[in-house]
Amino acid sequence: MSADHLISVTKLNKHYNGGAIKALNGVSLDIDKGEVVVIIGPSGSGKSTLLRSLNLLEIPTSGTIMFEGTDITSKGNDINKFRQKMGMVFQHFNLFPHLSIIDNMTLAPRKLLGMSREDTEKEALELLDKVALMDRAHAYPSQLSGGQKQRIAIVRALAMKPDVLLFDEPTSALDPEMVGEVLDVMKDLAKEGMTMVVVTHEMGFAREVGDRIIFMDEGRIIVQGTPDEIFNQTGNDRLKSFLAKVL
Amino acid sequence: MYLYQLSIRDWWQDLKDTFVLNFIADDRYMLLVKGLGNTFLVTLGATLLGILLGVIVALVRSTYDKTAAGMHPGFGKFILSFLNKVSSLYLTVIRGTPVLVQLMIAYFVIFVSLAQHKTIIAIIAFGINSGAYVAEIIRSGIMSIDNGQFEAGRSLGFNYAQTLIYIIIPQAFKNVLPALANEFIVLIKETSVSCYIGLHDLTKGGEIIRSRTYTAFMPLLAVALIYLVIVMFFSRLVTILERRLRNSER
Repeated sequence: MSADHLISVTKLNKHYNGGAIKALNGVSLDIDKGEVVVIIGPSGSGKSTLLRSLNLLEIPTSGTIMFEGTDITSKGNDINKFRQKMGMVFQHFNLFPHLSIIDNMTLAPRKLLGMSREDTEKEALELLDKVALMDRAHAYPSQLSGGQKQRIAIVRALAMKPDVLLFDEPTSALDPEMVGEVLDVMKDLAKEGMTMVVVTHEMGFAREVGDRIIFMDEGRIIVQGTPDEIFNQTGNDRLKSFLAKVL
Repeated sequence: MYLYQLSIRDWWQDLKDTFVLNFIADDRYMLLVKGLGNTFLVTLGATLLGILLGVIVALVRSTYDKTAAGMHPGFGKFILSFLNKVSSLYLTVIRGTPVLVQLMIAYFVIFVSLAQHKTIIAIIAFGINSGAYVAEIIRSGIMSIDNGQFEAGRSLGFNYAQTLIYIIIPQAFKNVLPALANEFIVLIKETSVSCYIGLHDLTKGGEIIRSRTYTAFMPLLAVALIYLVIVMFFSRLVTILERRLRNSER
């Protein structure tokens, strides 16, 4: 039934304290190949929890997540294999401070895909060229600005050639003047047809790049639709009041 | 005036005589040299054993802390819980009893059949003792690494062990290296209690001289001085190490 979707989430629940707190409350969602899905909503609405559930950094209480036709929540499946195909970009970059930029990028392909150092470095340099950071290949993360770190985090995830990229508030920890350079990289990726799921507060990005916007509140998907439907013609009061606050 | 000068000269002569008696006569300084060798041997062996034990216990404890809550009930969880219980017991017992008592239990109770290999018994006793402290040092190092590093590793597809090996431990080890070096320095001094089982370490060397020459001042002062010089030397190394590590963070 859901074999056509890249990711298919069904009735996902994430409860804390034995159900007293429902971070996710029966979320169902399909994501297709090549789609850019942007998740918005007030803080505490469950949007990050949903994103982090997609690669099981959060273990859902119940519900299923199908990825490329396989239920990744079922016990017998090796989640590490699926995570190789689901890149993730974090709010706080999470680069490995003890490794140079190029080693940050080549570690996983070398150890997990069994590629040679030569091949991975060649590919890493091409990726670095794409984000205009080729000259920083042998620098260490602490020598980079926040915007540079996040661009590196993106290409580190890309080095594994994932089928989908998950972004968890990728610009929230950045100084305002660095937000643009990261969003530009994300826009380029979207143009190239990369499937992306983005949790963000950048409404401009959502409107411009998103194929579909999902508005969440209190652990549920309240409305979803095209940017035009969400930003210009919504009749939903909760969405309206949220947008009034952030726009 | 004359009397005063005489007493100074007497005192000096006396000092020289005692020195010769304690260290030169019968090559008694060799008792200290041999003792120093054993002190180093026991300290080094115990440090290596301590790090081995400490790393294992630290891995068990931090793995339990980080993953047990999210594990499905089953054989794996049972084993991990069991290992964690054993590790906790080890830490409680070893850190809750004096090292001298542990050493004597090792010598007089557990390894009675090994009684002539005092060095080996001392290495085992101090190693097991040091392991408990090293375990907590390394565990604090692992726990001090931001959880985002774990998540970044796991999100790339590394399993828990690979994330530890490639990402967490290199960072944690760097953070705790000075603390580990300090543990080594503490151990140098702690091994002095091994003269209680008759091991000929540095302290025992001084004791043997004292018992032969019936003078306490000179041999004990010499022993204290040698410990002090060694500890100062290694402390200096640790300071240099710390500075290097700080610089390498850029």
